[in-house]
Order: sequence, then structure tokens, then C-alpha cells
Amino acid sequence: MQYFKKTPVTDHKPNSRLAWVGQGFLLILAIIVIIILAQNLIRSPSLFAQNVIDGLKLGFVYAMIALGYTMVYGIVKLINFAHGDVFMVGAFVSYYAVTRFSLHTWAKQIFPGMPDWLVILIGSLTVILLSMVVCVLLAVTIERVAYKPLRDAPRIAALITAIGVSFFLEFFGALGFVFSPRFIPYKQPFETMSWYINNGIYPITPGSMPPDGSITFSNIFLIIVIASIFVQLLLQFLVRRTKIGIAMRATAFDKPTARLMGINVDQVISFTFAIGAAFAGLGGVLYAIAYPSIHTQMGILPGLKAFVAAVLGGIGSLPGALVGALIMGQAEALTMGYISTPMRDAIAFTILIVVLLVKPTGIFGEPEKEKA
Amino acid sequence: MDFLLLSMVKIVAVLAYIYGLMWVLGHTKRWVKFLGVALAYGIIQIALSTEILTAFDRGLLFQASAITMVSLGLNLIYGFNGQFSLGQWGFYGIGAYTSADIAWRWVNGDASGFLAVLFGVVLVGFVIIGVGAFLQKVRGVPVISAFTLYLLGTVLAGAIAVGLAHLLSPLFAGGLGVTGAPGPLAQGLPLQLLFFVSVILAGAFSAEVSFLFGLPVLTLGSDYFGIATLGFTIVVNTLMVNSDTILPFPEMKGGRGMVGVPQMNEFAWLWVFVFMLLVIIVMRNLIHSSTGRTIMAVREDEIAAKAMGIDIAQTKLLAFIFGSLFAGIGGAVYAHSTGTSFLSPGTFTFLVGFNPLIIIVFGGLGSMTGTIAASFGWIFFLEGMLRVLLGQLGTEAPTWRFVLYPITLLLLMLIRPQGLLGLVEWGFLKAKIHPLRRSAAADAAADSAKLS
Repeated sequence: MQYFKKTPVTDHKPNSRLAWVGQGFLLILAIIVIIILAQNLIRSPSLFAQNVIDGLKLGFVYAMIALGYTMVYGIVKLINFAHGDVFMVGAFVSYYAVTRFSLHTWAKQIFPGMPDWLVILIGSLTVILLSMVVCVLLAVTIERVAYKPLRDAPRIAALITAIGVSFFLEFFGALGFVFSPRFIPYKQPFETMSWYINNGIYPITPGSMPPDGSITFSNIFLIIVIASIFVQLLLQFLVRRTKIGIAMRATAFDKPTARLMGINVDQVISFTFAIGAAFAGLGGVLYAIAYPSIHTQMGILPGLKAFVAAVLGGIGSLPGALVGALIMGQAEALTMGYISTPMRDAIAFTILIVVLLVKPTGIFGEPEKEKA
Repeated sequence: MDFLLLSMVKIVAVLAYIYGLMWVLGHTKRWVKFLGVALAYGIIQIALSTEILTAFDRGLLFQASAITMVSLGLNLIYGFNGQFSLGQWGFYGIGAYTSADIAWRWVNGDASGFLAVLFGVVLVGFVIIGVGAFLQKVRGVPVISAFTLYLLGTVLAGAIAVGLAHLLSPLFAGGLGVTGAPGPLAQGLPLQLLFFVSVILAGAFSAEVSFLFGLPVLTLGSDYFGIATLGFTIVVNTLMVNSDTILPFPEMKGGRGMVGVPQMNEFAWLWVFVFMLLVIIVMRNLIHSSTGRTIMAVREDEIAAKAMGIDIAQTKLLAFIFGSLFAGIGGAVYAHSTGTSFLSPGTFTFLVGFNPLIIIVFGGLGSMTGTIAASFGWIFFLEGMLRVLLGQLGTEAPTWRFVLYPITLLLLMLIRPQGLLGLVEWGFLKAKIHPLRRSAAADAAADSAKLS
């Protein structure tokens, strides 16, 4: 009677056998990474610090993009592929504002007596604001035209649409009468200044090299850090303290109930896209200033990496986006510094896969309810 | 205008050809089947050798056939199994580069590439089966542990295969000759047979890569899986661009592109036709088997499928492996039939990789007919017609094409999300209605006879 043979009842938890193999594998990977980092840290601390600073610069830019991803995904459960291209449009708008319309010096032409630093400050802020406004208009248009009709369609249909919109922006932008199909050297609205740290902080004058073993940083690095933290705080305030923020959280939590409570869900979703796009535009301008070469496909990889950062931090969580982005920036900069430059893209996706396997909700994410 | 008309005629002719081929394949009489297939092969072969079809059409035809295989694979993964994958183009590239490298080394008097891939594929196959059997016995092993075991086994098998290949390759050196003067094994019929084997090996290789990659990644949710597979395509392309620096393959020449890939030349249509037919038949039979029904059940509702006793992880993995197998075969066929003997990493960037997705969305998710028709129609229409029409716009024609794709894609998603052909299937691709062994009437008669 072998058909009725009793199978032994195991007191194992499901999926717990041989768990040490996988844990050991991950542990060995982690140890290898730590050993590589420690070796390089001991060999040359200043080079390591330089890499960390480069990583911070990347990370804070990613944080600005990741905010848009995490908010949109939190509310409509859509990977907004076009977000990276909104970022690109921000960079291009600021480029044309500076080169064609000289918007960074408008104050000088109206008030000739104004001091130079004030002209640059006002001009740069105008350029950034203009880019942000254009990005907001673009994102709201995209949301109305492409995503809204598919709100109740399967999620993948919306995802394909998002890919389509992203393609459209990239290649429409590459047409000669729109932007340009080539790499363009970016013209900054203000002068970049660099300093080096070597027993004190000294400015780098053009034509001179900082001594060996010093750490350099620029004013753009400081601006990116300050802007990113400011954006983060602003958004925290917006989401926690204002009426629209409460509406956003309610919509993310349960859309039909939020509608019953008198929240205009469509408006809230549009507003979410708009905020995300504004910060993407800001990030685009700052990214272009920091890495001054722009192209219509420049937004794809930063966009994807920012999405990975949002997943890493826990999708839907604002501090998570910042932390995830900082980790991504460090991972990328250290990979570029110590392993090989082309593998910088590979590391992002490796991190994504490992994180989703080990902790699917990300660092700050809340466990999702299982739907039957 | 003349050209426009000619293009329309070509598209209609190609669609009629596909319809006829599928009708013939679905015919019940065996001799009709064989005669029809031979005829279908012969028509094009004659048209090619008498140069009724120009070199341009020839290129389009082979490209469309390769794309058909890739898109069928993607349709199996996404259309039939519901896993949104953007990694198909990576497997296509792996197949192309693997087969190209095997043949390149073979022609240049080095059998190590062929032997390494052959031993590697076989040994890794044994490893996968062995570890799989062990894990079946243990049960309840977390994915990361299973992946670690498979990875260890694969690395070991790969090392053994490479070692064996280097040991055994001098045996072939006599027959293969040298770069300047290839020996008898490196030209003529033996070379054509090598193409056949290397295409299959390349497909098997990308299937095994897809197994290792899919095992952990398929446990992710649908859109995370999409991003991870997109990452796979990007990483594969990065490796191709740096194949001479990061990877130890100086003959691939990195971003400059691989030169001197051996071509099938006069046998090209034979192999292209054979492999396309093989892929279509295997996929059709897979879908209409009980395995195919489990694959579709997983797409419809995972929880219900689980309740029916279907192993979800394994079913997803199976569909993913078969899809990648088809992609690898398609890539290998493409590499040997371009006619230019040049393979560039630019063909395998992830932006081009959205093409199969666009094709299967056009043709209809879960429709083989739609995929085949859309592949041919897409290549002949967009590559053939639009290239010339938009060519009048000057140098920006390629960009304009990429502006038009997403617009059509968007309109399609908004107006007809089930694809142009929806779920229509032609001839052979329709589900076969099995004749009952005995007729129901005879059964009833027998029952009533027993009762009375």
C-alpha cells in the first residue's frame, strides 16, 4: 500500500532548508566587497574620499529623480519610464534658455547697476524655475494624454505606454528642429569653482593642478547637496502637513475610498506627476551643470538608476528614496573607481536583483498586503 | 508611388505565403504536408538564386525570419506566460555572438570555441538536471540557495569544459588548416554542417544562461521583472562593447564590431527556413500540449493555477527558457545570414530591443499568427517602405521612424489593446481538435446494451 504511506511531517519552516548556502553566498559576496573597499581605503585614503564625494554628487542627483518615481509608483503603481526623459527635457530647456535667450543675465540688462553675484543668482534661479515649469507642463500633459485613459487597464498596458512616451520624447527630441541628435557641450549659467582639501581648503585657480593626495570638490557639488536636502525637506513638509499631502497619502492607500471621502483623485494624481517632474527638472539642470554634456538619451540610465534607488529604499517612502539614491551613488562611484568604468551600469541592476531577493520591500518599505 | 505599390504587393505576397505555409502544415494528409513545405522552400530558393528577389529583399527576408524567432520567444514569455520581459534582445545578442565566435574560430583553424561551447552546454545541462533532481528531493530550499548551488555547478562545469576544449582542440588542427588557407573541415559542406550545430549550440547556451538568470529573477513581481531583464540587456550590451577588454575575446573587437563572421551564403535560405520552421513547430506543439495549458493558466491567474497543483516557479522558468532558446537561435541565424559578415554591438542595444515587444503587441499577445505576420509586416513595411519614403526627408529618416513607432504603439494601446489580429490563428497554428477514439454514439450504444 505504498500510495497511503505517510510522509514524515517536518517541523521545518517552509523555504528554510539549506538556507545557509544562500546566506553564505551573500555573506561571501559582502566580505569580498568589504575587503576590496578596505584595501583601497588603506592604500589611499584621499582617493577613497574623492570617490565618496563623487558618489555623493551622483547620489544626491539620483535622489531628486527618485522622489518622482517613488511618489508616482506609490500612487498609481506605474513605473513612469518617461520620468528620465522629463529630466532630459529639463536639462535641454536650461541649455536653450542660457545659449539662445541669455536668460541667466536678464537682470543685468534691466538693472545695469546690479552687482554681478546678484545677477548670477537671479539669472540661475530663473533658468532653473523655467526648466521646472516646462517639465511640470510636459509631465501633466503626458499624464492626461497617455496614462489617464489607461487608468483601469492592466498595469502592463500602462507600462508599455510609458515606454512608448519615453521613446517618443527621446527621438522627437533628437530631430533637428527640436533639440539635437548629437552630444552638446552644456553652457553653465554660472562659473564653476573648485576647491581642494589638503591641510586646509584652498581654491583651485585655472591652469594650476592641486597637489597629489588632495580631495577636490566644486560649488556645484555643494549646490546639489543643498538643493537635494531642501527638496527632501520640502516634500516631507508637503506630504505630512498640507491638505494636498494628506490627499496624496489617502489616494496611495486606497483610491476608491479616497474618492468617497471627497478627494479629487485625478487632480491628486496630476499633482503628484507635477511635483515629481518639477524635481526631475531641477535635477536635470544640476546634473547637466555637473556633467556638462547633454544628449536626448541622457535621461534613460539616470532614470533607471533612480528607479532602482527608489526600490532599494522602499518604494513609496520619501526618506527611502534619499537613502537608496545615496547607496546607489556610492556603489556606482566606487565601481567606477576600483573595478571598471563600463560596469557602472551593471552594478545598479545587480543591486536591484539582490535587494528584491533579500528584502523585497526595500529598506524603509512597508510589507504589502497579499491580495487574493 | 510605384515603389509604394510594389511594397504593398510585397507585404501582401509575404502574408499570403505565410498563410499558405500554415495551411499546408495543418493539412491532415502527410504527403501534402511534405510536398507543400518543399514547395514553400523551393519557391523562395528559386526566386533567390535567379535574383528575382533583390539583395535588399533578401536582407529583409532573413532579418524578418530572425526577428520572427525572437518575437515568438518573447510572445511565449509575455503573451502566453504573462511575464513582462525586456531581456529578449540580450539573449538574441548572446546567441549571435556565441555562434559567430564558434564559426570564426573554426574557420581560422581553432576548434576550441566549438568544443568549449559543446562541452559546456552538455555539462551544464547535466549539472542543471542533477542539481534539479537533488533540490526536488530536498524540497523547500530558498531561491538564493538553489541559485548558489546551480551557480557553483555551472562555474565548475564551465571550467572543466574550457580545459577539455584546450586539451582536445589540437586534434582538429590538421583538418581545419590556418587562417590564410582553411582545411577541408573549414569549408564546403562540413562548414555548413558546423553552422547547423553551432546555431543549436548558441540557442542552448542562451537557454542555459536564461535558466541561471531567470531562477532568481522570475520570483520578482511583474514590473520589477521587466526592469531586471532590461538591466540584463544593458549588461549584455556593455559586455559586448568591452568584449576585448573585460572579456577575453580579442576577435570580437569590442565596440568596433566583429569582422569576418563566416556566412552561410548559398545555403542561407535553407538554414533560415529550417530553423524558422523548427521554432514555429516546437512552439506550436508546446503551446498545444498540457505544458502549454499550464503556461497559459499561470498567465490567467497564479493563485488559481497554484490551487490546481501547478508549480508556478517551474512553469515560468520553462517558458522563459524556451523563449530564450528561440531568441538564441534567431540571433545565431541572424549572425550567419547578414551577408556582410559584420556583427556590431550597436545592433543589440536595449533601445532596439524594444522592437520585439512592439511586434508582439502589434500582432496580439498570445497569438502566434499575429507575431509571425507582424514580424514580416513590420520589417517589410518599416524597414523597406518607410526607409525609402522617409529617405526623402534626408538624414533624419531613422529618427523619424523611432518617432513613429511610439505613436503607433500608443494609439494601439489606446484603441485596440489586444493587437491587430487579436487571437486569430491560421491553419497549423490553430488548436487541433482531437478525433475521439470511439464515437459518443457508439459509447452510448454499448452502455445501453450493457444495462439491458
